[in-house]
Amino acid sequence: MKNLKLDIDSYCKLLLRVDKANTSKFSLRKRPTSEKLVDVGFKNIVVAMASMVAVVLFSIFAVVYYESTESISRYGLRFLFNSAWNPVTDEYGAFTAIYGTLITSIASLLIAIPLGVGTAIFITENIIPEYIRNVIGIMVELLAAIPSVVLGLWAVFIMEPFIRPFLNIIYELFGFIPFFSTQPLGAGMMPAILILVVMILPIITSISKDSLKQVPSKLRQAAYGIGASRWTTIFKVIIPAAISGITGGVLLALGRAMGETMAVTMIIGNSNNFSWSIFAPSYTISSMLANQFGEADGSQVSSLMYAALILMILTLLVNVFAQWIVKKLSLKYQ
Amino acid sequence: MNYTSQKSLTYNPSLARNIGNRTLTIISALFAFISVLPLILVISYVLIKGGSYINIETLILEPEPPGDDLLSAGGIGPAITGTFIMAVIASIISIPVGVGGGIYLTEYSKSGKFAKFIRFGSNVLAGVPSIISGVFIYAIIVSTKILFGSMFSGIAGGISLSILMLPTIIKTTDEALKLVPDDMRRAALGVGASKFTMITNITLPAAFSSICTGVLLALARAAGETAPLIFTALFSRYYITSFDDLFYEMGSLSVLIYNFALEPYEAQNQLAWAASFILVVVLLSLNILSRWIGSHGAFSKNKL
Amino acid sequence: MIKKNIKSTPSVSLDNVSITYGNSVAVKNVFCNIEKNQVTSFIGPSGCGKSTVIRAINRMNDLIEGCKLSGSVIFEGIDIYAEDIDPVEVRRKIGMVFQQPNPFPKSIYENIAFGARVNGYKGNMDQLVEESLTKAAVWDECKDKLNESGYSLSGGQQQRLCIARTIAIEPDVILMDEPCSALDPLSTLKIEETIHELKKNFTIIIVTHNMQQANRVSDYTAFFNTEKKDKDLSGKIGFLVEFDKTKKMFTSPNQKSTQDYISGKFG
Repeated sequence: MKNLKLDIDSYCKLLLRVDKANTSKFSLRKRPTSEKLVDVGFKNIVVAMASMVAVVLFSIFAVVYYESTESISRYGLRFLFNSAWNPVTDEYGAFTAIYGTLITSIASLLIAIPLGVGTAIFITENIIPEYIRNVIGIMVELLAAIPSVVLGLWAVFIMEPFIRPFLNIIYELFGFIPFFSTQPLGAGMMPAILILVVMILPIITSISKDSLKQVPSKLRQAAYGIGASRWTTIFKVIIPAAISGITGGVLLALGRAMGETMAVTMIIGNSNNFSWSIFAPSYTISSMLANQFGEADGSQVSSLMYAALILMILTLLVNVFAQWIVKKLSLKYQ
Repeated sequence: MNYTSQKSLTYNPSLARNIGNRTLTIISALFAFISVLPLILVISYVLIKGGSYINIETLILEPEPPGDDLLSAGGIGPAITGTFIMAVIASIISIPVGVGGGIYLTEYSKSGKFAKFIRFGSNVLAGVPSIISGVFIYAIIVSTKILFGSMFSGIAGGISLSILMLPTIIKTTDEALKLVPDDMRRAALGVGASKFTMITNITLPAAFSSICTGVLLALARAAGETAPLIFTALFSRYYITSFDDLFYEMGSLSVLIYNFALEPYEAQNQLAWAASFILVVVLLSLNILSRWIGSHGAFSKNKL
Repeated sequence: MIKKNIKSTPSVSLDNVSITYGNSVAVKNVFCNIEKNQVTSFIGPSGCGKSTVIRAINRMNDLIEGCKLSGSVIFEGIDIYAEDIDPVEVRRKIGMVFQQPNPFPKSIYENIAFGARVNGYKGNMDQLVEESLTKAAVWDECKDKLNESGYSLSGGQQQRLCIARTIAIEPDVILMDEPCSALDPLSTLKIEETIHELKKNFTIIIVTHNMQQANRVSDYTAFFNTEKKDKDLSGKIGFLVEFDKTKKMFTSPNQKSTQDYISGKFG
């Protein structure tokens, strides 16, 4: 309220200023040309600034595409399915990196969805006092403020050594399954997946929390009023009503997981030897870029750019789909 | 009666429904606990482990080349100034452009086709992986030597960070201005103010605190980014001494952490932890500050 | 516990009920016996706690953080606020219709079927949907569009759909919290007719702002009023002034404030 009053004050000041500029009370007020020029000029400037978004976006695509044309014309779509990456023989394919990107992001999503949505439900339901719930909510959101490289550092020195014995147990018990078929020896896809979970958890939690909070309380009352229990209400009424936001958040998280670079680069092991196993060192597109781009030249640059283009298209598709689904599903439930 | 009649109203703990409810409540509490665990673990390791290596020397000395002398690895001084300088460069570029773009979206074209396209575009830009921004700046600035013949430079790093900040600033400005009631606009125009006066004297001040929130959040994110810097600003072990040094390689906290974490020397690893301490403390403070400003603004979401 | 001078056993009785939100008392010391298969209306000026009291009868106040009740609410001889009571069980016996129509964002059919399924209904669902909608006097209007969204109906129809949804779970008591406040006069009339029909099978408690409505639909009327708190001038405490047969309340009430309120002198 105090702030609103301030704004009214500034409005009154404006009123006075306009009056002062026109001291002769009965003359028709004529706007000075300079004022008109400022108005038009300002509009053009902000239009130009808004256009920058489009310009930057298009140039990113154009530049990455242009830089990768050599590789595109040489390998075509074969690039997607070839796991060779050999600067000596000049043969490149991004299959290992694409597989790594998809496996790490999807696996981390599978872990983070129940955790994130479950947390969001826990902090929107009145199970424990509100201030504790708020603290949990803020803590999860602050997790998003920790830089990727710090999480990477933590993963390398603290998390990975801690989980390795547990991964070894899984390897010994389930080693016959291709996904667990190599011995965990340090850096690899599994620690990368876990650190990705940490990174996308805040996105899923906070977007789910916002969507759950927006569900009108009268729907909850309606369900309770006919004798539905808490979790029946949550699963049958609240979540369906919030599903568009939750899905949007999950897709944004997927986009983030696919493009995430530093923490993954530090812990995934950076190896182009293809393996089905999530315990083996691998690559994602972004970690391959981070690892090789600085020292690459010739057709390797072009191939890296091709990989970057694939990454961009993947994240673009996911993001556009996220925006589309939020619109589509929210219409259904209004 | 078509319903199984429950004779009493007493809570029956062995009823399937009640077992299910209890189980699910416990599971959700467990999930919430697991979700806050990483924050607690990461922060405590960074504060304890990183904090123990913080002293005056670490803060001001230049880092020594890895492996030379294990007793003294130097400090992270140049990285602190480098991060600061690149964040400033990124802000100088992205704040005017982002706020201007946001002003256009709300004040000039509320729901025009172009505005829709720009909103869509900034959502897409926000989703572009940060490393792509580095690749892009490498391709157009570093490899072309377009900036007075310099290749890797602090300026290139700053520009690449600004691409990451832009969509966040546009979006928050757009949303902050949307929260300013139209009555205020009509009032200003009604007394004969020009649109420029209305925006600069009425709507922007009213939305100021929310815009600050967005800018701080964008800044906090950019200052912690590594991927866009590793082949734009690269890394330098030296302080900048003149304006010209902006056109050369520049160190930053995040790249220092990345480089030194992977060194096999304990001394370098310690510097990485010290740098993490500084980075985390600064970024968390920025985040909390932005939250505080956001909740105290005139037209923040919490109040409308 | 149950007073002897009342002939039939009451369905719900409120015994010295006081309700607080956080530190502020909303309503205090309510005693009231609600008769089976009768319509009881709660009337009174805004802020007198009548909605708070009705929500206490099926423990909907559990949803509000910081809301506490003292005294006891006895339903069929059981204190529903006792420690070992399952509020979900209570709400299955005491259904509620809210002030704003609140259909689920599902089809009309599903709106009815959802509640029935939640309550473990085993009979013929189509039949139940038809019966409930018929009882709520909305069958004719929606029999041809059972698969359309509940939101495709008008406000009055939505409210009758919500009544149908409550009837479908066959509660013993139906609570209605100002069910007509958001509706036009014609829809209001239809709902009142519905209430008359429902009386045969259900005990009904209705909160209303409209005295004519209380007079038209109810057999018993409870009048609530407010008093200023001693020190805090902004807060008001609600209390029950008088509770009697509607006929008596509207012709010769015992209290002067009831007389004043009913004749429109305040409120």
